Amino acid sequence: MRGKGRAVCLGADIDTDLVIAGRYLRTKDRSVWAAHVFEDLDPALARRLAGAVIVAGKNFGCGSSREQAAIALKEAGVIAVAAPVFARIFFRNAINIGLPLIEADLSCMDSAPVAFDLEAGWVETGGRRRPVRPLSPRMLAILRAGGLVEYWREQR
Amino acid sequence: MSTLAEKILGAAAGEYVDRKVDRAYVHDGTGVLTLEAWKGMGAPGLCDPSRLSVIFDHIVPANTGLTATLQHELREFAVSSFMNFSDIGSGICHQCMSEGIVLPGEVVVGADSHSCTLGAFGAFATGVGATDMAAIWMTGETWFRVPATIGIHLNGDLSGAAEAKDCALAYVNRLGMDGATYQALEFIGEGAGHCSMDERLVLCNLAVETGAKAGMFYADHVTAEYLRRYGAAVAEQVPERCDYVQEITVDLGDVVPLVALPPRVDTVKPVHDIAGLPIDQVFVGTCTNGRFSDLARFARIVRGNRVAVRTIVVPASRAVLAEAIRTGVLADIVEAGCVIGTPGCGPCLGAHAGVLGIGEVCLSTANRNFRNRMGVGAEIYLASVATAGASALEGEITEPGGV
Repeated sequence: MRGKGRAVCLGADIDTDLVIAGRYLRTKDRSVWAAHVFEDLDPALARRLAGAVIVAGKNFGCGSSREQAAIALKEAGVIAVAAPVFARIFFRNAINIGLPLIEADLSCMDSAPVAFDLEAGWVETGGRRRPVRPLSPRMLAILRAGGLVEYWREQR
Repeated sequence: MSTLAEKILGAAAGEYVDRKVDRAYVHDGTGVLTLEAWKGMGAPGLCDPSRLSVIFDHIVPANTGLTATLQHELREFAVSSFMNFSDIGSGICHQCMSEGIVLPGEVVVGADSHSCTLGAFGAFATGVGATDMAAIWMTGETWFRVPATIGIHLNGDLSGAAEAKDCALAYVNRLGMDGATYQALEFIGEGAGHCSMDERLVLCNLAVETGAKAGMFYADHVTAEYLRRYGAAVAEQVPERCDYVQEITVDLGDVVPLVALPPRVDTVKPVHDIAGLPIDQVFVGTCTNGRFSDLARFARIVRGNRVAVRTIVVPASRAVLAEAIRTGVLADIVEAGCVIGTPGCGPCLGAHAGVLGIGEVCLSTANRNFRNRMGVGAEIYLASVATAGASALEGEITEPGGV
């Protein structure tokens, strides 16, 4: 589970209401969530997410359990999200929909390259390689499958 | 010796376990995606529909044709699959599950972050997202990392106008929005034993606002008495000496009416410090403060008076609404000039039924005041029922008197 992208820096305690607002949840059309991602935080952000690795402060994804938050990021082209610590429901949701999470405390410079290998357990940005907090074997297996739906389909 | 979470999950903090889920529930918001994911998994059926509930509470009745169509599909599926289905007007999922369904010692999973509310019964109750829930529909199980636990000692009794909600805001303030991430909270001590079931539900409800996986009380005679009304006989749980990762103490007698300032639940001040701030709307309800005891308390404050700003009161369930009608509480609230909403979440999630306009301010008894949550450009102050009542009468944030 490796990848690379360009850093988009965000602050701490970004809640899932800010990722995708409640007023956009009632649809099955995933492009709606991608179109309105981070609208209440910064409407210009959505355009910068294709190929991005979001580098956020602590507690990213706190608040509502809405899985649409993780889906919106993936649909908008986000490669992975890094944060020192994630809110736990978002953590499970992101892995379950196949969005890699990097648990590490990184200093962020906008647009700087970020590379990671979650199986090997490292992330590299600004010329420095750091260890990431390891995912459980099952979470890695879910990520490798592309998400929990695909994981269970393979198990069957 | 184990914490309550370790005891119920059957393993030590830090271990990963697979556990049978005794009760699992979704609402109209998360249920749509759950059904999609479940279909994608290609499951032959539901593991045990008698343990699964679908409860419509988030946008009830439906606000648009699209919402209605999504609800229709989920409703048809739930009914034809023999799941426990509660249609619009039944109430908030957590409240419905608290009315004699969830029992001590159970593993309870809801597709909603405030599922931690049900830890009030001595259950291990936590929230997940839609895809995790779909796997539970299919297998009847899910995985957990057994959480470490923070012990919250409650001493003494609440006094004056202070409520469990104020105590909850006090501990959220102490721990911060991520102070308990991946951990559980246990409410212990003689003050915990004095709390009513409704107060325990409030205290557990806000656990997730500290990032906690669960908020829990040990089942005792209060729990047993409450559940006896629903025909359930339950054993009490005896706390063991155990290792907490952190311990904090709240002296209930020192708790004063508090308010959480927008846009963070952990930014808390005494109501006294911001008294006089003009408001446009008061909202009383939600899985935090929409129970009968809340409505009765609110009615005692507004009875015989007129509210000075628009005030929306949403009972947490049909049972709450029925009791409010039977006891005259509802008449007091209506005659004071308040609007009554369909039992459910009301405007809390910002989708319908009382969202605010740009620049407007709401005083709410809910649990979240995130930016734009109840309307773009609006601000939300979180407080107790007594503060909501006093403020509704004045049209500005007002410290409640003796209730």
